[in-house]
Amino acid sequence: MKSEHSNLTTSEKELGKEGYNRRKFLSALGMSTAGVALLTSSSCQKSGWYKQDQNKDGATLDFKDDFGVLNYAYALEQLEAAFYIQVAANPASGFTAAQKAYFTDVQYHEIAHREFFKKALGAKAIGSLEVDFSTIDFSDAASVLGAAKAFEDLGVAAYNGAGVMLTTDAYLVIAGQIVSVEARHAAWVRDQISNGSFADLNSLTALGANNAGGLDAALTPDKVLPLAAKYIKTKINVINL
Amino acid sequence: MNILGILDEIQKTDADIYDKISPRRHVMKNFYKMGKQLSFAALPLALSSMFTKAYGQGSTTPVNDVLNFALTLEYLEYHFYNHTIVGKDPNSAVKDVTFNFPNPTAQQAITTIRDHELAHVNLLKEALGSNARPALAYTNFDFRAGGTYDANNNYQMGGTFADVYTNYATWLKVATAFEDTGVRAYKGQAPALKGNPVLTTALQIHSVEARHASHLRQMVNAAGIPLKPWITYAANGNDTKVEAANAVYAGEQNTTQAGVEITNIAPGVTQAAAAESFDEFLTKAQVVTIANLFIKPAFKLS
Repeated sequence: MKSEHSNLTTSEKELGKEGYNRRKFLSALGMSTAGVALLTSSSCQKSGWYKQDQNKDGATLDFKDDFGVLNYAYALEQLEAAFYIQVAANPASGFTAAQKAYFTDVQYHEIAHREFFKKALGAKAIGSLEVDFSTIDFSDAASVLGAAKAFEDLGVAAYNGAGVMLTTDAYLVIAGQIVSVEARHAAWVRDQISNGSFADLNSLTALGANNAGGLDAALTPDKVLPLAAKYIKTKINVINL
Repeated sequence: MNILGILDEIQKTDADIYDKISPRRHVMKNFYKMGKQLSFAALPLALSSMFTKAYGQGSTTPVNDVLNFALTLEYLEYHFYNHTIVGKDPNSAVKDVTFNFPNPTAQQAITTIRDHELAHVNLLKEALGSNARPALAYTNFDFRAGGTYDANNNYQMGGTFADVYTNYATWLKVATAFEDTGVRAYKGQAPALKGNPVLTTALQIHSVEARHASHLRQMVNAAGIPLKPWITYAANGNDTKVEAANAVYAGEQNTTQAGVEITNIAPGVTQAAAAESFDEFLTKAQVVTIANLFIKPAFKLS
């Protein structure tokens, strides 16, 4: 293992980009050779997501392993849950009884997702995020529906784009179990705005959808997080992506 | 770590090898790239098993098997919807679709869904190339589930859903079952594609099927049969109350995920909310049993 580490270090120095790619490749595979562990631990210590003071330093998503991906999902579920809790607590006067009932359903789905990740991650979970919904008018049905559509479509894109990063079968299945529920939400919300727009893939091309292939949105975390940033006050640090 | 030696050897002649096989790169954004991305799925056996190990897959199910399985399901969905839409054209030779959609928006929604299923068929066919399963035609299916047909494939009588093309409510039951089955089928195959760029494409199809399912369930509800866009709790998993579709929903009553009990995980998360918040997967064998109900004997899946 020692010689392998020195080989890696040499390739880092001599091969530059190629060494980087090898490291990235190894970390993507979740292969923890001694050399790789050493290379990544230095970046870990700088941010130290496991010891951070979140209020001061923000939350850090370390994508070096599945826990980073799960924390990324946890962050998005926190955002969605916080949004629907506000929607359900003070529903816009324009909503029908049926819409209010379904928004209450969706609220509990997102709370269930949030709490699932919190429990599953245990000590590895990031802290609670502070949200910023100042751009949403919760008393206006159209404003709420527009925001709900944005959250759900982005959630679908995020899960679809992050699935390939997961290395554990169980987590991959869980992500699939959640994303289809998010897609059901997205379709329902879209139909409330315009009946029949449940899967208007042409309107989702900016999120990576492709109508010609019948493919839904899919975005990598580096594309998703900037889109979510306007709703999150807590600073999100990303490493090892 | 021999594999890394092999990859380093490859790197001497192909500097981009790590980029090419890294699961974090080249997330497939559209089907034009798919042929290229799939090239390693078509590698000779020895090399592809090396990649299987490299990606840490526990399953040895070849990627092509998963894609051909998906292709069969997409043919099934496509032909079901296409026959319906074609049959609604008064100038069409198809005369057995006699129910009426309640409004033009409903028919347009089904046309949209039909178009997506055709896109999925074409995408999977293109991705598989010469490895694609033989094409399936409308006449290879039996959407009445147990009907009898004459030598010219004209429907004679019988079947669990004998009135599928004459009764809108029956048609909705079958369509909803197909979409919910599709959602569960893709989910179940995800681990076999783990770490593979093809997984992203499969997930992109999967969530489109979930959008379809949500809309069809709203159509069912609009037709006066109460049903939510998401699958809620029922003792046997089947919230549609369509007994013939029990196999489609087996296990949807589950409320424990990765060892975590979801019911009461927070105030207000009832058993119904817990079941709704996570869809469940079906194994390939479960899906084959369901699909075979709608496939004529000579074409059934094994």
